[in-house]
Order: sequence, then C-alpha cells, then structure tokens
Amino acid sequence: MNDSQHFPLSRRHFIALGGSAAAAATLAACGGGKSASDAAGAGSKPKSTFSGAYSGPAVTLSYWNGFTGGDGPFMKKMVADFMKENPKITVSGNTVEWAQYYQRMPAAVTAGKGPDVGVMHMDQLATNAARRIILPLDDLAKSLGLAEDDFTPEVWKAGIYKDARYGIPLDVHSLAMYWNTDQAKAAGVSDAPTDGQAFMAELDKLKSSVKQPFWMPTRWPAHLMFYSLLWQFGGELYAKDGSKALYDSDQGVQALQWMVDIVKKGYSPKNVAQDSQYVGFKNKKLAVTWDGIWQINDLKATKLPFGIAPIPKIGNQEAVWANSHNFYISKQAEKDDNKLNAAKTFIDWMSKHSGDWAGAGMIPARKTVRESAAVTNSTQAPIAKKIESMHFLPPIPGVADISGQTIEIAVADAVLGKQSPKDALAASAKKATAQMEANKKKFGA
Amino acid sequence: MADNVLVEQRPQVTEPNGGTGKRVRSPGAPPPGVPWLFMAPYLLLFGGFVLLPIVYGLWISLHDYDYTLPGHPWVGLANYTALFSSDSTVFSDFWNSMKATGIFTLGSVPLLLVVPLAVALVMNQRFKGRNVFRALFFAPYVLGVAVVAVLWRFLLDANIGLVNQVAGAVGLPDKTAWLTSTPSAWVALIGVTVWWTLGFNAVIYLAGLQEIPEELYEAARVDGASAWQRFRHVTLPGLKPVVSFVTMITIISSANVFGQPYLMTRGAPGTETRTAIYYFTDQGLRNYQMGNAAAMSYVLTLVLILASLLVTWAFRERRG
Repeated sequence: MNDSQHFPLSRRHFIALGGSAAAAATLAACGGGKSASDAAGAGSKPKSTFSGAYSGPAVTLSYWNGFTGGDGPFMKKMVADFMKENPKITVSGNTVEWAQYYQRMPAAVTAGKGPDVGVMHMDQLATNAARRIILPLDDLAKSLGLAEDDFTPEVWKAGIYKDARYGIPLDVHSLAMYWNTDQAKAAGVSDAPTDGQAFMAELDKLKSSVKQPFWMPTRWPAHLMFYSLLWQFGGELYAKDGSKALYDSDQGVQALQWMVDIVKKGYSPKNVAQDSQYVGFKNKKLAVTWDGIWQINDLKATKLPFGIAPIPKIGNQEAVWANSHNFYISKQAEKDDNKLNAAKTFIDWMSKHSGDWAGAGMIPARKTVRESAAVTNSTQAPIAKKIESMHFLPPIPGVADISGQTIEIAVADAVLGKQSPKDALAASAKKATAQMEANKKKFGA
Repeated sequence: MADNVLVEQRPQVTEPNGGTGKRVRSPGAPPPGVPWLFMAPYLLLFGGFVLLPIVYGLWISLHDYDYTLPGHPWVGLANYTALFSSDSTVFSDFWNSMKATGIFTLGSVPLLLVVPLAVALVMNQRFKGRNVFRALFFAPYVLGVAVVAVLWRFLLDANIGLVNQVAGAVGLPDKTAWLTSTPSAWVALIGVTVWWTLGFNAVIYLAGLQEIPEELYEAARVDGASAWQRFRHVTLPGLKPVVSFVTMITIISSANVFGQPYLMTRGAPGTETRTAIYYFTDQGLRNYQMGNAAAMSYVLTLVLILASLLVTWAFRERRG
C-alpha cells in the first residue's frame, strides 16, 4: 500500500534491480556488517561466485520444514525429484509442525544439529536473522536472477532485514473467502461479493439456508482477518522502524468493530472457539468463512462443494493478509563450503520448480511461475490474481511473538464481547509498544 | 546409615553426663567412603540433572538471557524486582498467571483428594466386575494430555460440541461457553483434569487401603462400630501417610498445569486461564526471555516449597 508506493529507491532496491558490477561491489561493501560477509563467504576466499550447479563431493543436507498437512506430499515429491537430478546431494528431511518449529530450530542450529537449509515463514526471517541463526542470501538471489520485478514489492521487501536478504520466497499464501456452493444456490446467491455492501446483502440472503452463515472466530484466523481489514481501512500494524504498534488507530477500531458487529447482528454465534469456525464450515453449519488458502486440499478431501474468491473489500481499498514460505540457509551450513553450495543448488532448483508447489494449494512467489498453466488452472488462481493487494507483516525481529501475546488476545477479547474494540486495541497496542522497545534494545536495532 | 546415626547418638542422649562425647563407630560399620560408592550412580544423575540445572537456572535468572544471542548481560536481581514492580511489562501477566494456577489448584486438589478416595473405597469392595471397574477408572490416565485436551476441546465447544448438544436435548442451557468464558472454562479445565487423573490417585489410595490390617476392622466390628465409625477411626488414620503423600503430589502436579489450558482454551478468555507454566513457557521458549522465565520459575518454586511445608505441618504426628 502506501509504503510500497512511496518507498524511495533505496540502496537495496538498487542492488536488487541493477546487478551490475557497481552494485555487486556495493553489496560486498555494505551487506550488513559481519554476518553478511560471513554468509556470502566473502571473508577470505572469493566463493560468492555461485554457479548454480553443484560440483563437489557427495554431501548430505539436513532440510527442515513444517509441511505436515496436505502440502507435505508435494514437498516430498519435489525433494525426491531434486535428488534424482542431483545424485551427489542427499537431502534428509525433517518435518516439524510449525507451532514447534520456531522453538526447536534455533536451539538445534545453535547445537549444530539443526537444518543446513530449510523453509520458514516470512514473518520469522527478521527474528532469526537478528539471532544470527540464518545467513544473508543476497549473492544467491543475484545468481538466481531474482529481482523485485519477478515478485511483488511487498513480498520482496518483507524478506530484507538490515539491508540484507535472508529468504528466497517459495510461495505466498493469503486469506481467502470460501463458501458452500450448495447452500449458496439454495439461498439464490450466485456471485462472490466483492465489496462490503454486497457481502452483507448476501449474508442476509444466506440466512434463509443457514441460520448463522458467517461465524466470527475469536482465535486463529481472527487476527488475520483483523490485519486484512485494518489494511483495507488504511491503517497500519507497526511502525516500519519497529518502534511502535499503530493498530489502536481509528482504522483499527473500525476494522475490529466490523468483526464485532458480525456477532452483534447475529450473523455469527457468540463464543466461536479455536478451530470451530472451520470445523463448522466443513460440517455445513455455516455457509461462508475466511480462512487460508492452505485449506484447499483439506476441503477437497472432504468432498464439500465449495467456491473460493478473494475476501471482499470491506474498507476503502483492497488488501488481504498474506504470508510466504521462504527458503533459508542456517549458520550451521556456513562451516562447510560444500554444504553451502549444495544448499544454494537446492534452493535454486526448488525456486525454479515452484510451479509444482501449486498443487499444495499455494501461490508460487515468482511471477514467471505464476503465469504457468500449473497455477492459472489451479483452484487458487482467482486468489493469485490479487497478489498485488497482499500485505505481509513487516520485517521486525520478534514481531510474530509480540502479535501472539498482544493483538491476537485483543481481537479475541473484543469478539467475545469482553471489551470494546477501542479499549482492547489501546491496551494491547501499549503493551506491544513496550515489548517492541525492549526487543529493539535486545537486538540492537 | 540410619542405624549408624542411632548408634552414634544414643550414648549422648541416654547418658548425658557419663558419656565421653567421643564418637564410636559400631563394629559392623563399613569403611568410610563405601556408602558414597553405593550412592554414586544416583548422585551422579541427581547432580547432573537436578542439582546442576537448579544452580544454572539461578545463574540464568540473573541475566538478560537469550541463548541465541552472543551476549547475556548481567542484570542482577532486575528479573526478580520486575515481578514485584507494577510498572514492568511482566508484572500483570505474571501475577495473572499465578492467579490462574492458584484458582486451578484450589479447584482441583480437593476434588482429586476426595473423588479418588471414594472410587478407591468402592474398588476395594468385593463385587462382580470389579476388575473392569478398576480398569475403567484408570483408563483415561493412560492417555496423553494432548489426546485428552483435544478430545475435550471438541466435546466442549460451545457451538459444535457434543456436551452442549446433549445438555440442550435434556433441557439444560445449551449455550455455555466452556472454553471461552470464566467461570465455565475453569469448570471445564478442572473437570477434565479430574476425569483424566483420578485413576492415578485412586490406585495409590487402593494400595493404602489394602495395607490396613483386616484385624482392625474386625476388632471395630466386634466393638459395634458402624460403617462410618470404621471409616473415620480405622480407614482414615490408616491412610494418613498415603493421604499426605497424595496431597503433596497433587498440589505439585496441579500447580504445574500446562497442557490442558494450552490446548483447550489457549488461555481464553483473554489470558484468564493462562497458567503459570504456560506463561513461563511462552516467555522462555517462545520469546526467549529465559532470564525472565527462570526468575518466575524460582518464585513459583518458592511458593510450592511453602505449600509443601504447610502440608507437612498439617499432617505432622501429633503427640500428647
């Protein structure tokens, strides 16, 4: 949104776009201090000339990800294909549920028993970069020919921390609107609503086939709905420099009030506990729900007749929360040049084959891949078209943890009716700001 | 060892004036060092996995400790003072979590002392199908906390759960928000915990009941004691050491409650059911505020030590 349009052409953009000799020199000179030069291997030997093909001895890469759901088989298949084409590299996978992933991974890397290469969410990159768990990948991005124009500015920028890139985006995955097509047909609803007025009108119609058609969750994905609405109303979650929480603004109150009103006006029952909005949708207790596109394969497996569309524009501009799975290389791989190069070869290959990943219900991050038939014929194609309106959490260390302890609880309290949106947001933003200040001191921003 | 001590002390006690005061080693005592040798395997484990972590934890609690960062600045007692100064970021969350643990402990301990005793008394009777009955009550304990909590989370869901459906069908309120409002959430958490763990306490009680000599009951019956009098004057005194033990472990395990609120309520509503260990885990393992979390753990430990002393005092042998 506003940031992306008014963001000046900074040094990092220049580097990314240019790729000229001058840019490369700038990169080596200012790639974020010690850690950056370590990562690029520019310390003593010039090994930043990554060629894209691995030519060293046989090597085993430890690869961690959290694809425990319907996305798991697709990742396994891609890894198997990679190993077939690169017989010298053995990828030994470890799949850990995301909820535990971010606790275990840093500990394992610190102990030297973690991943050499792995996948993490974009909103965790800055945190792990600040902790020096993962390495900058600017040289890899350059040799892959990755540039901002192959992504959206939002997804591109969210992977940069302190002027260095830490993740290579595999996909983006956003919130989407699902509806039960049987119930919609019965109620005479045919088109997916694209704005707030149409959405409310269709909910009113849907009441004829389902008493409470749109359940408002109090927990996941409630805060993701709030983020989307906040951005739609023109608000902002956090200050770009990580100094302050900004969501207690009028726009924040407007967004949260809309969610509360869904309950107050009877479109949703009260006290929708975790997961029950989604389980209820699968069991035809409600007709419309907003959830992540990662549910596509799960919904297909239940044989529920469902439609999918971008979430409607409730505020005054289109915006939707999104996250992205990113490849990273851990500091553990840094000690071994062969592992480092093998890891880069792996990421290079996976990025180029990310069209296969569309089968997992995700949207490949690269534009060139998004235009392939694998994506344009997929269920999530209508969502992929809206990639320009997808917003990500800003790259501030510790931000995902702070959100969990503050904004998620405020949204829950307001939707439960325990506090007014204004009070809930004000108290929560104050606490988040205090934690952000503490983090800033800790991470030396 | 125990015998040894008695032998050493006895002369001093019984002959306060005539004793030489010199320590006498009994003729059968092993050479010095042998007891230590026997204890060595356990002491090694105890030292490595209990004593050392306790000391290390104390050291961590005096630092701003994030193990993934290179520097761990010394902060002295700041992590502790923050817990007691109302303007710190952790004050309200910490005491809120201690309160949650307190409510849970006060609610669950009495039930976990009384209900399993009743079950054990029934189990101790001779009747047909007794083994099935015993197995049924013990069965939930075999399940892990994750299974129990996820199972009940769906059963207790306000909108799609079976419990409210059944309650509605028999004319009871069917809109109870078991997981998202207090006090219902406490009823749910305590109820599930009692259902889950009562079998364990019942088995310990049962073992205690079987230790009480049958002769005592016979004697009581001969003297014309009623069932209640037999329970009050034979069973309860006989069970006293067992009750003391069960009280202690139940208080400690209740104070350590984590899995049930973590999986069932996520601390909802707000952070009202976020218990102490839940919050410490969030602080230490999710936010990497390990110094902070360690200091909190020591405060909780102190409270538990005081509670244990109180229990020991309450169950002390009264003489005279």
